[in-house]
Order: sequence, then C-alpha cells, then structure tokens
Amino acid sequence: MFWKSTYNELIKIAAKPRSYIGIGAITLIVGIVLFAMYAEGLNFISFVTRPFEQSLSFEGNIMNGNLIAFVILQMLIIHVPLLIALVTGDLVSGEAAMGTIRLLLTKPISRTGVLFSKYFAGCAYTFVMLLWLVVLALVVGKILFGTGDLMVLNSDGLIVLQEQDLGWRFACGFSLAFLSMVMIATLSITLSCFSENSIGPIVTTMAIIIVFNILGALNVEVLQPIQPYLFTNHMIAWRNFFEDPLPTAKILKSVAVLLIHIVGLLGIAVYKFNRKDILS
Amino acid sequence: MQTEEKIIEVSHLVKHFGKFKAVENVSFDVFRGDVYGFLGPNGAGKSTTIRTILSLISPTSGQIKLFGKELYGNRSYILKRIGCIVEKPDFYKYLSAEKNLEIFARVSGVDVTRSKVHEIIEFVGLKGREKDKLGGFSHGMKQRLGIAQTLIHDPELIILDEPTTGLDPQGIIDIRNLILQLKNERNKTVLLSSHILSEIELIANRMVIINKGKTIVQGSVNDLLNAQELIVSFVVDDVNKTKQVVGSSSLNISIESETATTIALHITQEKIPVLNKLLCDGGINVFSIEAKRKLEDYFLKLISE
Repeated sequence: MFWKSTYNELIKIAAKPRSYIGIGAITLIVGIVLFAMYAEGLNFISFVTRPFEQSLSFEGNIMNGNLIAFVILQMLIIHVPLLIALVTGDLVSGEAAMGTIRLLLTKPISRTGVLFSKYFAGCAYTFVMLLWLVVLALVVGKILFGTGDLMVLNSDGLIVLQEQDLGWRFACGFSLAFLSMVMIATLSITLSCFSENSIGPIVTTMAIIIVFNILGALNVEVLQPIQPYLFTNHMIAWRNFFEDPLPTAKILKSVAVLLIHIVGLLGIAVYKFNRKDILS
Repeated sequence: MQTEEKIIEVSHLVKHFGKFKAVENVSFDVFRGDVYGFLGPNGAGKSTTIRTILSLISPTSGQIKLFGKELYGNRSYILKRIGCIVEKPDFYKYLSAEKNLEIFARVSGVDVTRSKVHEIIEFVGLKGREKDKLGGFSHGMKQRLGIAQTLIHDPELIILDEPTTGLDPQGIIDIRNLILQLKNERNKTVLLSSHILSEIELIANRMVIINKGKTIVQGSVNDLLNAQELIVSFVVDDVNKTKQVVGSSSLNISIESETATTIALHITQEKIPVLNKLLCDGGINVFSIEAKRKLEDYFLKLISE
C-alpha cells in the first residue's frame, strides 16, 4: 500500500503544472548563464586569475565545462530551494486546500504512510530537479566549452583539481547538495502539515531560509554558539568536495547537522499530521 | 436485506473544538442493509460526527464501533470496508476522471482492474467522459464521480454526507435513484446525512435526528412518521358539508384551517381513508388529498423543542 501511495504521489506531482515551473526556470537560467559565459566568459576568468598571473602561468582550457558547472551550481543552489518549496510545500496543504485530503485520509492507509509517501515523492522530485541542474550545467557545459582541469578559488587561495579527479567530487558534491535540498523539502513539507493553503508553507520556508542566512552571516558574538548548527550554513557544504585535501570532518559535521534537522522536522511532521483534525 | 448485525455503533460521542461544543452527545446504531438517514439542521454536528466515524477527526470522548470493532486500533480494517463522500466530492482537477478513480482505487486496499474502473464509471452514468479532466466537470458530474469513487473497492458500507447539496432537481433525483440502486442491487448499507428531509423520507428506512450536537430521536422512518399526526388538506366541492361530516364522525379530528375549497385537518394516517369514505358516502366530491405534515414538520417541531 505504501509504494502504491508513493506511486500516486509521483503521478500527482508529474501532472501538476507547477512542477514544471522549477524545471523550466532552471533550464532558462542555466541557458542564460551558459550564453553569458560563452560571450563574456574569458573576462570573468581573467578577473579571477589576474591576481595570480605574476606568480603563476595558466595553460590549457581554463574556461571548460567543469568550471562552468561549478559556477552554475554555486549560483543556483541559492535559488533552487524556492523552486523545490514551490512543489513540496504544496504536498499536504495543497490537498487540504483542494479538499482531496478528506478522501485520501479515509482510505485504509495510515496517516504516517500517507505523509511518507508524499515525502518520498517530494524527495524524488528534488532529486530530478537537482539532476536536471547538474546535467544541464555539466553535460551542456562540456559540450559547449570542452573539458579540462577545474580551477577553484576559495579562502585559502587557488586550487587546481585534475580533470580525472573530478568525477567523484561532482558525484559526492551532488549527493551533499541533494541532502541539503532534501532538508529544504522536509522543512516545507513539515510546514505544509500546519497549513490549509499552499502559499503559507512556501513563503514561510523562504522566510526561514532568509532569516537563517542572515543569522548565519552576522558577525555577532551572541549568535556564534548557534551559527554552526543553522542548516543554512551547511547548504553550501557540497563545495568542500572541491577542496584539497578533503576537509572530512567539516563534511561529516555538515551531513550530521542536516540529518538531525531532517529527522527532527520529520518527527514534528508525523506528530502534527497524525493528530490533525481534518476540517477542510 | 436488513439484519440485526450492527454495522455502525456510535455511543455518547462528544467532540469539542476548544470551547466550541460541536457534538455533545450523539448515539445511534446502523444495521446491515439499512439506508440510514442522518438528519439535522445546519450546524447540528452531522459532518463532525461523520468525520469522526471516518477517523478524520478524533473524538473528545465516546465510543465508535464499526463492523463490531473499535475504530481506533482497527482503522485500516474498517476503512477498507467503507466508501464515502464527505461534504462535496473534491478531486484532482488536473487529472482525468479515470485517473482520479485509479488514484483512490490504488489506496483502497483491494486490487482494482481498469475494467472495474470503467464498469463503475458506466454505472454512475459518466461513460464517455472518463478521459476528461475534472476541471470541466459540473457539480452533478463530480457528485456522480464521488459515488463511483465510493464503489470502486466494493465496500459494504457507504457513507454519504449531504450528497445532493448544490444539485439541480434532476441531479437530486439521479443521486437518489443511484442510492436506491446501491441498496437494492448491490446490497450496500448506506449512511446518508442530509438536511433535506424529504430526501430521507423517500430513501431511508431508519433515521436519527440530531440537533445542537445531541441525538433527539432515532428509529424506523415509518414508525416515527406514523406516530405523528398529519395535517391533511382535502380539496372538496362543499367545505361546510365536509365540516358537518367531520364534526358528526367519531374519528376525533380537529380542523386546522379552511378556505372556500380546502379544509385542512389534524388527522392520523390511518384515519385518512376512513374519512375519505365518509365524505364520498355523504355525497361530497373529493378532488385531492394532500398530507401537509410530513417529516419536515416533525423535524421542525423536534428541533424547536
């Protein structure tokens, strides 16, 4: 019954027009970025490399598909949460707003089963969104700009990662980015359990992300104890896979913080959804 | 076929939302084979009671048993045997009628084939519209699809909460006929809530009336109605002569009102043919007899007490 219910949720997501807004937006934005990099990319690269040109000499195809994919991922990881929340924030509250939740919860499947079906389907949608982003950025980037070593600028300076060393880094980076987006999906689904309309959970999710981002960025002593535990500070942890040597402890801490948030929020969602009187 | 097997047992059900007392003390029993009328004015607590029976709302106190088992602890077992419409039938507007039925069939606890889906669609009179998206469906068509959804897993008990609300007269007749078909051809037990009392009178064999969250009366529709005095209007050619016949008879009938051609009398149902015979024997032409006081009046009388 659970998997049948999950299949139902996937059908619903696939049939909803709003599910394609995110896919369309990603396609459009990546397309624009790719076009801009194609037209002005060398200026962008020289802006990054200029400080090092007196001590280093750069050879080969620096502006390649790997670099383009890395840049696009950094840019879009900020906007993808909104596109994910647009669908996942609607999964429970949308049913309440439509009135279909009345029928759905009179079927012989537990409320926890219904919630987890929706959650799994939401995670699957998140996976597809992120995969589409990576495929567009990496595959189309490589087609347009070729391949080569990846030059990454971080707080310690410039790191050059060999092309043959990049596959696993992109795969692991994608996995951690997926985990952080699952965290967003979990947050919006949890908020969705408290609401009878679709807009509330979506807006609240974005508001929480913005507030947490500000709290995480403020250099105020009183906030420092909580800053390492704000999930927003771990949403760009995927970048750690593009450092050398690999900061394993930092990565594991980010995974732990994200997982704790996910489990905690799921617990709240299950508690609320099971005790909710269906009045819509 | 009615039996003495209790399908629904609701005992002293109470539901409070904060300080608001939606249901105060509702008790009733539905037997297998019943078309059971669940009556009450708007705000009486009908929908809250039905939602509680379907586990959509948790009760503050009281006991609910379905098919002889406690609802809480046997939810899946019970819901597998129930089909329902709660208030208006809402579906996924972006999916076709067929897809909507498949979605609900998939989580109904039984394997439902596509041919079964088509059979049910045909039964409710939506053949030819199964591929259409719900966005273009009228309220009546959605109501039919709602009934199709209740039948898709062949449940023993069907719960319909205000199924004729918002329908045009033809739609009401169609739904009424569908409910009678469910009872007569498919042997379903039906719990039917409504505030349109003539509906219940036409369809139900037993009923409960609730008001302000409390059970007022329950029993057989015929018994409850026959126990009540009717106001029957006789359209006759001579009202004065009719009054004389009524006054001289030993039927103990009182006059409610009169016009030039009509006399309204307080009379029990079994006395109507007796009086009619007396009038005819007295040479009075009786053009029509209309019972004015039916369940509506009974209902209004009860809730005003």
